[in-house]
Amino acid sequence: MNWQFFLEVLAGGLLAGVMYSLVALGFVLIYKASGVFNFAQGAMVFLAALTFVSLLERGVQFWLALVITLAVMVVLGVAIERVVLRPLVNQPQITLFMATIGLTYVLEGLSQLVWDSQPHGLELGIPDEPMMWLSETANINISQFDLFAALVAGTLVAVLAVFFQKTRIGRALRAVADDHQGALAVGIPLRQIWAIVWTVAGFVALVAGLMWGARNGVQYALTFIALKALPVLILGGFESVAGAIVGGLIIGASEKLAEVYIGPFVGGGLESWFPYVLALLFLLVRPEGLFGEKHIERV
Amino acid sequence: MLYREAGQFKASSVEDQQIFPILQDRIAVGIVLVFAFVVVPLIGNQYWLSAILTPFLILALATLGLNILTGYAGQLSLGTAAFMAVGAFMAYNFVLRIPWMPILVSFALAGVCAAAVGIVFGLPSLRIKGFYLAVATLACQFFVLWAIQRIGWFTNYSASGVISAQKIVMFDYVFDSPASKYLLTLSIVALLALLAKNLMRSETGRTFMAVRDMDVAAEVIGIRMMRTKLLAFAISSFYCGVAGALYAFAYLGTVEPEAFNLDLSFRILFMVIVGGVGSILGSFLGAAFITLLPIFLSLVSGTVSGVFGVEVSHATLSNLEVIIFGGLIIFFLAVEPHGLARLWQIGKEKLRLWPFPH
Repeated sequence: MNWQFFLEVLAGGLLAGVMYSLVALGFVLIYKASGVFNFAQGAMVFLAALTFVSLLERGVQFWLALVITLAVMVVLGVAIERVVLRPLVNQPQITLFMATIGLTYVLEGLSQLVWDSQPHGLELGIPDEPMMWLSETANINISQFDLFAALVAGTLVAVLAVFFQKTRIGRALRAVADDHQGALAVGIPLRQIWAIVWTVAGFVALVAGLMWGARNGVQYALTFIALKALPVLILGGFESVAGAIVGGLIIGASEKLAEVYIGPFVGGGLESWFPYVLALLFLLVRPEGLFGEKHIERV
Repeated sequence: MLYREAGQFKASSVEDQQIFPILQDRIAVGIVLVFAFVVVPLIGNQYWLSAILTPFLILALATLGLNILTGYAGQLSLGTAAFMAVGAFMAYNFVLRIPWMPILVSFALAGVCAAAVGIVFGLPSLRIKGFYLAVATLACQFFVLWAIQRIGWFTNYSASGVISAQKIVMFDYVFDSPASKYLLTLSIVALLALLAKNLMRSETGRTFMAVRDMDVAAEVIGIRMMRTKLLAFAISSFYCGVAGALYAFAYLGTVEPEAFNLDLSFRILFMVIVGGVGSILGSFLGAAFITLLPIFLSLVSGTVSGVFGVEVSHATLSNLEVIIFGGLIIFFLAVEPHGLARLWQIGKEKLRLWPFPH
């Protein structure tokens, strides 16, 4: 066995996993605060990336475009709370889930209607090429861009952790996640909190959109990465930010290793289902994921 | 006035247990059946029969299958299209490799194969619940499609992975006109729907509902969890498998594995939710709504652009249609979360009092 090659595949997989985590984070945020399984996260990533890249192409400055896109995501978050969530309070989770699938259609159509459906290139100024000194000293090829993405994800998680633990709004969010009625009883405005959480999810979607857009180009296929984030989610547990990161790393690494080492024997293309089967096997041992909350059942 | 059961006395237990206890219901079902079997093939043109009504019936059958699993037994599944794919490709192989076997037996065996796959992917439901289970069933969706594409045997080693479903032949009669295909589909769907209706009011159906309402309580009163959940998966997948076989043989003709992608699974789930969770009638209403909505939308958009003389590009139109489709789904969920079947219930309550509500 070639250890250098193994390490290279492993590192590549781990870093790809970080990208999955970025998308999964958005799911976790919304699920934690409102119990909604938001299937539209992938469409939000697409919308954010497409808005940003279209603004850039129309000659808007980088930072200005970033601010405008963020504003769009804020408006979107508030609008979703008003139009979609508020009429559906107290409905079963499956109904809310279906509503977010409807939302996915709306967002996908909307972003392609306002902008266009052409694929765009996105240049963030970080070269997507192997780092020289690593490949020279250890003979391992790791892309600079991947490392940058990992750094961004790490920063994002740290910021979110501080936000959740230390700020007033963060504490309110955790209270809402714990118990809707209890939070209302102590005077936490539920609707505002939901709007905030969707806005934060929109921000995470923007970051994920920039990373994925720079990697694969901004195109319709971006909406499918939501499907990649789902096994990450169930592996890590729906309610855990840390779970999204660890789950992403596990999925990314095992997927790449499986493709390289098992793929040739079964004809390749494992990446489409391997993460799901892995997550499924994992769930058989721990039905609530790695860091999910344990559910105690009573009659 | 019109819809009132007053005066219809049940003298024996057999009468009390019949499937449609109210006279008006029996008449209504009879009229619908006669209309579907006799009038529709006579007045329907080729486009309506082959492009709208046949797929509607087939998707209604798949919806019925998912409704048994999700609506009655409470297990959320996103792998419906995969079970349909198993049905379609196994039916193709049965007809191809055992030519002397009657085609209906092939369809039934294809359904049994789908049921077997359903049992395998239903095993996790014994431990996993809710959304975790839903995502786990995605494993089935992706794995089955991958297997069909990669393993040549399923597609008879066709290079592109596309199969051409054989002609449906029964007693030397070839079903190749749209009307005959429609009638065949209708017969199978009607039979299976009747079966489902009866199954759901039998002991089996009641154990399903007990598991759905609270599985721990159901276990405590002695319902065997493993048997019940796996049975639900098996029956549901059987229905989906037969629907898939019909989808290939009576509707599409040439089938690629990608026809059974995740989008189809979602559409069938939409049909269940829009029609009404846990309702046989709702499965048909939901399937009709979701099948007809895009056709209606494209008709409207065509008319609107024609009337106003605005030349709207094709891409814009299709994007608008997608937006309106999604918006209507959200609107519908907000207005009537219990689906079309619930509207029908309310309508019946109103009819009972009409025209003298006091």
